[in-house]
Amino acid sequence: MRTPLFVLIWLLISAAVLAAAIALDNDYIFFAGYVVLQYVVLGTAWNILGGYCGYVNFGSAAFFALGAYSSVAIYRFVTDNEFYNLPIPVLMLIGGIVSGIVGFGMGYLTLRLRGAFFAIATLALAVVLQTLVVNWDYVGGSRGAYIIRPEQIAPIGNYIRYLFLMMMLLAVAAITIARLIEHSRLGYGFASIRDDELAAEASGVPTLRLKLIATTLSGVLMGMAGAPFPYYIGYLQPSSTFGLDYAVNSIAMPLIGGTTSWVGPLIGALLLGSLQQIATVTISSAVNLLIVGFLLVIFVIIAPNGIVGLIHTYLQRKPEDFVGRRRIEAEMPGRVP
Amino acid sequence: MVFSFDLFINAVVSGILIGGFYAAVTSGVSLSFGILDIVNIAHPAFIILGSYLAYIANATLGVDPMLAAIVMMPVFYVLGSGIYQIYYISFEKRGQESLRGLAFFFGLLFITEVTLVLYFGVDYRYVEAPYIGPSWHVAMLDIPLRILAPCLVSLLMTAALQIFLTRSFLGRAIMAVAQDQLALRLMAVDPIKIKRIAFGISIATASLAGAFLIIIQPVEPSVGREYIGRIFAICVLGGMGSLPGTVIAAMLLGIVESLTSTFYGPSWAPAVSFGFLLLTLAVRPAGLLGR
Amino acid sequence: MSAAGGSDANAGAVSGAAPALLEIDNLGKRFGGFVALENITLSIPAGQRLGLIGPNGSGKSTLVNCICGTLRNEQGTVHFGGQKLDGLTAHQRTHLGLSRSFQLPRPFVSLTLADNIRIPLLYAVARRRGSHHAAHEIEERCEALLGQVGLDDKAHRLPRDLTQVEMRKLELARAMAAEPKLLIADEAMAGLTHSEIEDILALLIRLNEQGVTIILIEHIMSAVMSFSRRLVVLVSGRKIADGAPDEVMRDSEVERAYLGQ
Repeated sequence: MRTPLFVLIWLLISAAVLAAAIALDNDYIFFAGYVVLQYVVLGTAWNILGGYCGYVNFGSAAFFALGAYSSVAIYRFVTDNEFYNLPIPVLMLIGGIVSGIVGFGMGYLTLRLRGAFFAIATLALAVVLQTLVVNWDYVGGSRGAYIIRPEQIAPIGNYIRYLFLMMMLLAVAAITIARLIEHSRLGYGFASIRDDELAAEASGVPTLRLKLIATTLSGVLMGMAGAPFPYYIGYLQPSSTFGLDYAVNSIAMPLIGGTTSWVGPLIGALLLGSLQQIATVTISSAVNLLIVGFLLVIFVIIAPNGIVGLIHTYLQRKPEDFVGRRRIEAEMPGRVP
Repeated sequence: MVFSFDLFINAVVSGILIGGFYAAVTSGVSLSFGILDIVNIAHPAFIILGSYLAYIANATLGVDPMLAAIVMMPVFYVLGSGIYQIYYISFEKRGQESLRGLAFFFGLLFITEVTLVLYFGVDYRYVEAPYIGPSWHVAMLDIPLRILAPCLVSLLMTAALQIFLTRSFLGRAIMAVAQDQLALRLMAVDPIKIKRIAFGISIATASLAGAFLIIIQPVEPSVGREYIGRIFAICVLGGMGSLPGTVIAAMLLGIVESLTSTFYGPSWAPAVSFGFLLLTLAVRPAGLLGR
Repeated sequence: MSAAGGSDANAGAVSGAAPALLEIDNLGKRFGGFVALENITLSIPAGQRLGLIGPNGSGKSTLVNCICGTLRNEQGTVHFGGQKLDGLTAHQRTHLGLSRSFQLPRPFVSLTLADNIRIPLLYAVARRRGSHHAAHEIEERCEALLGQVGLDDKAHRLPRDLTQVEMRKLELARAMAAEPKLLIADEAMAGLTHSEIEDILALLIRLNEQGVTIILIEHIMSAVMSFSRRLVVLVSGRKIADGAPDEVMRDSEVERAYLGQ
């Protein structure tokens, strides 16, 4: 399928979803849906480095939070100086750039390390960044930061619906980018790095450069997902914004959905995200993390290729198997092979 | 910042003592990560589990927490063995340990932490023992016994582990399994069994480390997260599997953290250990006494 | 280079006439206290068919790793086509024209055989030519290369479906896909039947006639002797013999150190 067609189809789906949500006229759908879409972006972004290249990033929260805090810094700046605030898409771009630069820097420092060390280093970096932000009073430090969300915005009206729409467009962009990579030369390069980095180097793949691309791109998307967050939540607190919850979700969703293609994080985020939203409302928010933890462990043990892998396995059962079964059943009725 | 020699020397001493405790906390990871190459990022969660079990024993039975932890060590050993078996079958055998093995332990970290939150809530828990409270005054030094006691027992435990690893057959088999599995097999020793035993021991140390932790400071489930950075920083700096190196690195980290906390404020403390880790990884991944 | 260019360099065993393609000067490599390679000096002219032999653990693969950039040598330098290789990464050396197969096959396990071959075509060859091949050209090239090693019927299978021997062939095909000027075949023939060995040898000789310099590392003496025009013997990290195959095999030190075992 050519990319423009792909984008068109997903834009149509998005329009349909938006129309349905507006018709239901319950703002909670938009609040919950925003979080699920946010995870589509975070999961897809994580998967570019984690699933495609095989490098586990535990610091997703840091990139997300950097996007959020760059929006806060801009908000402070424009309110202090009585400028017009920047629109969400511009904030997303800025958040993306900030996180991208940090992603590049982090990659430069850590990508020469073996996989396990890289993963630990990403965790370390996240904590260091969190400590820096907590100690930076301009964005509120440990007390947190308040953002006043506008009530209405033309033409969609309700601001939360506007945020929902923005996040949905970002999600479409994210899966489009992931899919483009998959079918491109870059995607082959990433896969070779994941399978055997040494052999990839020997085959002429510039592994460091590709890994840097993956890290930076991943960071950009996560930063873009984080930029509207202060407007969504109204009050930003470093401890929860930098929380490990983001790390665990952005890892669990692709692993449960399937890491080898763009479909995996999408399925993982939609299923797991919705599950968590339901659990938070019906049981408690602590339980929803327990569910994520359990599902992650179970899937990683019994279904290493995720839901996508399970579907593949099911579809690849050769036709002869089915014919054979039917034949046996005909000879020995009632007997299950 | 007011610099007084008193403050300085107390910070250094306190850093050394905390460092001794950090060494015990890290010794398990020196075993699992340094020697066996298993990135058990859930190790802090087992430590916290140990803390809570010690707390229960102390609160309901009045038992000394360190004693309770020693009694619990076999249980932790079995837990560790079981976890390794799952890890081996699901990941090591399939060659998937880098991505999925890591995710597995990360999931365990979460499950453990959230289960503790659901069961115990987020209130801080602490234990009571005769050495918690009083301090030992020597010249200008002010040494709280609740830090001194665990530090001493920590060093004992680390020393015992080192003797085990270097002098006993099993211990040396563990050291060997990191270097040459084929040679071990030729000696009719099953490397998988050795690794299982080693990982079991690694988790068993977490039981005691947990007791130390709750003696030194009150504990609530998310405290474990601060220790992820410390543990891996010390493990890498100490040379990945060298216990003497671990002790030195632990004390170094303890001192730097203590000085930072005293003169710059505690809000910078988490960055110290993680910053240490990044520095070590960037500059000298082989650590201080590394292989 | 003429069609028979390969034989110019092969005529005199170590003729000074042809300029050296690979120049190894006093190369040394240690692992901690263990000396893996010591004082290796070797000059290989373009078009040569060189056999590299030695007992297990003598440092052959370590030498290959140092030449190709997978390992850094502490001592000595390597020049390729007049260019100093020190500091260049492995992939940069592959772009210059060095290619190797791994002694223990390292296939890309989640990619089909065709895709395994595609990687060097996409990254090493396209880069060098400065152009992007049309997709169908690359597809054809993949099939052709797999055909040369007899794996074209398995082009869309995964490496896990292959036997050990087939994986070695894939390894060789992947090394060839990078269109090297110098190809190092590290024990590519272990486990092959007699006729399979003949096929691979014929393949390598054809490559050589097209101008590719080849270093063959093997334990199968018949293959080494029939292929090589020059033989180098490595024992315990040192070069103990270097010359025409017949002379080298008669060398007493070689007999003692290698054949006598």
